[in-house]
Amino acid sequence: MREMLKLFLVVTLFGAISGGLLAGVRAGTKERIEYQQIKFVKGPAVLEILKGCSNDPLATRFKIQDGKEERSFFVGVFDGKPNTVAFESSGKGYGGDIGVVVAVNIDNDQIVGVGVTTHRETPGLGSRAKTDPRFAAQFKGQPVMEPFKVKSDGGKIDALSGATVTSRGVVGGVVASGEIYKRLKFNIAEKMKSIKS
Amino acid sequence: MAKTVLQEFTKGLWAEVPPYRLVLGLCPALAMTKSVDNGVGMGLAVTFVLVCSNVLISLLRKVIPRNVRIACFIVVVATFVIIVELVMQAYAYTLFEQMGIFIPLIVVNCILLGRAEAFASKNSVIPSIADGFGMGLGFTISLTILAAIREVLGNGTFLNKAVFGPSFEPYAFMVTAPGAFVCLGLMLCIMNLLGKK
Repeated sequence: MREMLKLFLVVTLFGAISGGLLAGVRAGTKERIEYQQIKFVKGPAVLEILKGCSNDPLATRFKIQDGKEERSFFVGVFDGKPNTVAFESSGKGYGGDIGVVVAVNIDNDQIVGVGVTTHRETPGLGSRAKTDPRFAAQFKGQPVMEPFKVKSDGGKIDALSGATVTSRGVVGGVVASGEIYKRLKFNIAEKMKSIKS
Repeated sequence: MAKTVLQEFTKGLWAEVPPYRLVLGLCPALAMTKSVDNGVGMGLAVTFVLVCSNVLISLLRKVIPRNVRIACFIVVVATFVIIVELVMQAYAYTLFEQMGIFIPLIVVNCILLGRAEAFASKNSVIPSIADGFGMGLGFTISLTILAAIREVLGNGTFLNKAVFGPSFEPYAFMVTAPGAFVCLGLMLCIMNLLGKK
């Protein structure tokens, strides 16, 4: 019995120390990992949809607490005014969650651009949501809070042929963005005021 | 047991070099040798984990009860692997993306458990460090050589820089999985010829 207890104790101790150590390392690298993810995962899509802005959107960013979640917002400066904000949400695709970034002009609440960040869709079919600019271009200039739908569901967005589920996923992501925007509009406007162009 | 520390170190470089002599750790040796930077990255990650786990296991060899030693070894190895994973994600994100699943898979790499069981749990700290460094370095060099052959022939590049003129037609077979097996087989053959005498 004593022997058993010792085994139990040693393994438990090993696990506990390891867990504590890892929690420390995680806390220490968290900031840096977040920055790397912004640079390599969200970065390219954000830069693409905010093309033509005069600042570095990845450097000009702020965070807003949204319920339990903390969201990052990237600011684009156009014509000398910081009037565009890009942020990420997600929709349910064919192979899992699709990360969608939407850029919104805060002056008229219109969509400036939509881009896909992370996805696990079928290469060659669903993956075109990220690579085919014509699909994302359909959202350009539309009011952000509109409940978008694909055409086969009675909406006005043309789905990618052979990838209806993916298209629905992206549309779902944009709709979710609209809801986030609606919810946080006031906070976003507040934060934007403090940004120098 | 009259081996010197130097001998413990050098045996990993030639007499017992992991992938070619012990034929251990083949999963990363095959999967992570498409390009030289991947091979070196994998080798260094394994070396770090190997040295750290050897030190810790050697220090704790009197504390760890025999019945649960494997569980304890795995906890130690896994802890260091996750540290490597987090640090890599924070400081070498592109390499982290390329290596993907193979970083966590270092946990189940036979070399690590093999050295812990066969060496570190029976020897004191200094020889264990030498053993870990030797084995790790041997593994890194082996992977680098294999990766260099595959990258140069299969892609016409070395560390992503073109080594041949534009007329070079890459032998793409070398970067595929079967190419990895063929390369490894040839390396084993050469090592056996050299070691025969």
